[in-house]
Amino acid sequence: MLACKDLKIEFDRKPVLKGVSLTFPPRKISAIIGPSGCGKSTLLRAFNRMHDLTRGAKVTGSVTLNDREIYADDEDPVLIRRRIGMVFQKPNPFPTLSIFENAIAGLRLSGVRDKNALKEAAEQALTDAALWDEVKDRLKSNPTTLSGGQQQRLCIARALAVDPEVLLMDEPCSALDPIATAKIEELMFRLRERLTLVIVTHNMQQAARASDRTAFLWMGELVEADDTEVIFTSPKKSMTEDYITGRFG
Amino acid sequence: MDLPSTELPDAPSAGAAEPTPTKASALPFSEIAPPPPAPAEADPEPKPLPRPFAERSTGHAADRIFRLLTGACACSVAGLILVAIFYMVHGSIPAFRNHGLGAILSPIWDPTNQKYGALTFLYGTAYTSLIGMAIALPLGVLTAVALVEILPRKLSKAISLAVELLAAIPSVLLGLWGIFTLVPLVRAFEVYIYKSPLGLRKFPLFSGAPMGVGFLAAGVLLAIMALPFILSVTREVLLQVPTAQREAAYALGATRWQSISKFILPYSWKGIFGAGLLGLARVLGETMAVTMVIGNTPQIKASLFASGYTLASVIANEFTEAPSDLAISALISLGLILLVVSILLNGAARLMLLYLGNSSGAPRGSK
Amino acid sequence: MIRGHQLRKIRGRCMEAVCLLAALVAVLPLFAFLWHLAAKGASSLSPALFTHLPMPPGEAGGGMKNAILGSLLVVGTATVAGIPLGIGAAIFMTEFARPTVASVLRFACDVLSGIPSIVMGLLAYEIVVVPLHHFSAFSGSVALAFIMLPVVVITTQEMLHLVPHSLREAGHALGIPTWRIAASITLRAAAPGVLTGMILAVSRIAGETAPMLFTAFGNPFLSLDPKAPISTLPHMIFNYAISPYDDWHRLAWGGALILVLGILGATLLSRFILWWHQRSLNS
Repeated sequence: MLACKDLKIEFDRKPVLKGVSLTFPPRKISAIIGPSGCGKSTLLRAFNRMHDLTRGAKVTGSVTLNDREIYADDEDPVLIRRRIGMVFQKPNPFPTLSIFENAIAGLRLSGVRDKNALKEAAEQALTDAALWDEVKDRLKSNPTTLSGGQQQRLCIARALAVDPEVLLMDEPCSALDPIATAKIEELMFRLRERLTLVIVTHNMQQAARASDRTAFLWMGELVEADDTEVIFTSPKKSMTEDYITGRFG
Repeated sequence: MDLPSTELPDAPSAGAAEPTPTKASALPFSEIAPPPPAPAEADPEPKPLPRPFAERSTGHAADRIFRLLTGACACSVAGLILVAIFYMVHGSIPAFRNHGLGAILSPIWDPTNQKYGALTFLYGTAYTSLIGMAIALPLGVLTAVALVEILPRKLSKAISLAVELLAAIPSVLLGLWGIFTLVPLVRAFEVYIYKSPLGLRKFPLFSGAPMGVGFLAAGVLLAIMALPFILSVTREVLLQVPTAQREAAYALGATRWQSISKFILPYSWKGIFGAGLLGLARVLGETMAVTMVIGNTPQIKASLFASGYTLASVIANEFTEAPSDLAISALISLGLILLVVSILLNGAARLMLLYLGNSSGAPRGSK
Repeated sequence: MIRGHQLRKIRGRCMEAVCLLAALVAVLPLFAFLWHLAAKGASSLSPALFTHLPMPPGEAGGGMKNAILGSLLVVGTATVAGIPLGIGAAIFMTEFARPTVASVLRFACDVLSGIPSIVMGLLAYEIVVVPLHHFSAFSGSVALAFIMLPVVVITTQEMLHLVPHSLREAGHALGIPTWRIAASITLRAAAPGVLTGMILAVSRIAGETAPMLFTAFGNPFLSLDPKAPISTLPHMIFNYAISPYDDWHRLAWGGALILVLGILGATLLSRFILWWHQRSLNS
């Protein structure tokens, strides 16, 4: 289970997250919502230690996966990132690699060389990402020939191929059209059976229909976190209600 | 900004014969093109102007004159290439008429006896450039990787400044340093190899007497001269790799070196290749530093220790002492070779950097 | 799988160390050069270099007065011709030319800047020396102007390109004719960068030797006649360096120090101008 406790993040001394504590129940979809700039993406990126790569970023507090602190000194961020995968807002397949090679890129990085294992893994991942039927005849072509929605599913396949426990999704549908978005939401429901999914979204309707738990962030602070049904029908905080009903943000 | 008081919208400006409606401020707003939309990602290149304003010019006489004047400047600068080609061809014609293109490939250069074979110079130019690039290209790329991916920003800036300043040193001064500092070092190295118990001096690459001057010394100097170019272009190319690509690699659990070697460098290989071409173009025509350390012996030898001669060096050394007009023409023809090769290489490198800046195939602005 | 990962980490660290080593090696030549220049040049740096003319080998106390003045003359003349021409061309390229024409012109300049300087010397030889039947300072200036032109055009054009669109629009909105906008507004806004480019171009041609070999040709006596051969500093350094006389070698280092101080000074000056202008914009 993924959880964070009293997580504080600063960029160049400016606080962006001011002490957030959340738990993400396993094999459920958790959504993080809030207005632009409230720190949703920052929070998400803390979970796979992407802030390690940003100069001037300071992370304090605790983030645990199955009760093991991922920011411990003896934990290797590279290994963390294999267990906690990420899909980004804009699809970013590697343009120098073919579709097949994109799918197994993560495996190759871990040193897997067996050709059959790689082929199987690619087919499995692409099937899980609901992309196999569309690309099985052109695995060697360049991913830039795919549509936006297909590219994003390729990125999901790529993340799935390394068999993570958690998949973090940073506004994965914001660059896609409604039909592609629907496909990805459908995909998320199926993935829920074996993974924990955490999705950041600025689209409240998406959070309402696609998630089991929702957390509402405002200006770097957690306002409320609960089952999605509760948040959207009877939120406990008035600020949550105001946001949900569109009074601000 | 001093605006002449006569240029206010209602007053006719000095020298204008046309009535007010043709002034720029009176153009209907629909004629003024909106600025181009901002690109989705941060674009380090300055945005191009939508259409040059002067196309919708006011018809001012002064405007036309100014435009003509500056246009003449531009034509003369661009025309310089054609002028150069013309005069160099013109100067080479006596030589070509005398011994034709084929004779250039002979290894015997002896103007006093009418022999104008340039093979030794072609070899020397190629060999020294090869050595120079073999040193500078890996060194430059690895350094660029260190500066962009590994080292902290301030240190990176300091190091790239130090290498850029190298480019400001005139060739003759590097040659001066070469003669008195580098050559003794190279000689010591060559003596070491010569005396090596491994019998290295039996290899053609290391054969011959260790004198210090020769291909190796010239190659090292050329590497020093090519390095700043390769470094700065490669740095720019690496900086152009979109953050999204880096993040994708890291999010998959790549180590830093894996993301560099498997994603960032392959993404940038076209730009790096262009950088290599530019560096090569630079060193092919290098004259002074090479002349001072290459030994000036027209011969074709495989050894790094051997002396040699390059196209540029022979022109530099023998032009003022040429025994005949024909010899001068022959030397000019060598210059023509240098001109043509540099135009082709530079043209190819610039085109490559222009249109294929990175593997995504997205065209970049001219740079 | 974990052991494989350890190996990969180690390999990665090794390769990164190689990159850092490369960076170290890349920085060495500059410092090696400056060190030897300072060590060998400092001893021969004296006012005599500026005030005395060269002596025949073996006689002590020579100087480089004719070469220093010669360089100033030849470089100065080239600058007077090259800068206006280059700036004019750049203005045309950014303010008046169609984008396709502008990129063709820019491409031509890029190619021109890559032509070896010795070829430009040959060109000046053919154009000036041959018709006049003798070497001259003027032909040297012509060669240097050829070399300088593309550099001036490229840097000026890039600086003009950086001037925001809105500035020109403001000028048009006020009814200022296009030519005035280009000359007074745009160019002035880009002035620091353009000035920097000019300084860099001048310092580049100040060190050119190869073209001088058969245009200015060199002159052991003091001469400031543009129609006569003239000595330039880098050319004199070259002659002294390849000579067998220790005295002359020392002088060569002294001259080299003067040249480097001038060029590095110019480079640093140009960076200072940019920094100072940036600062005055921010304050």
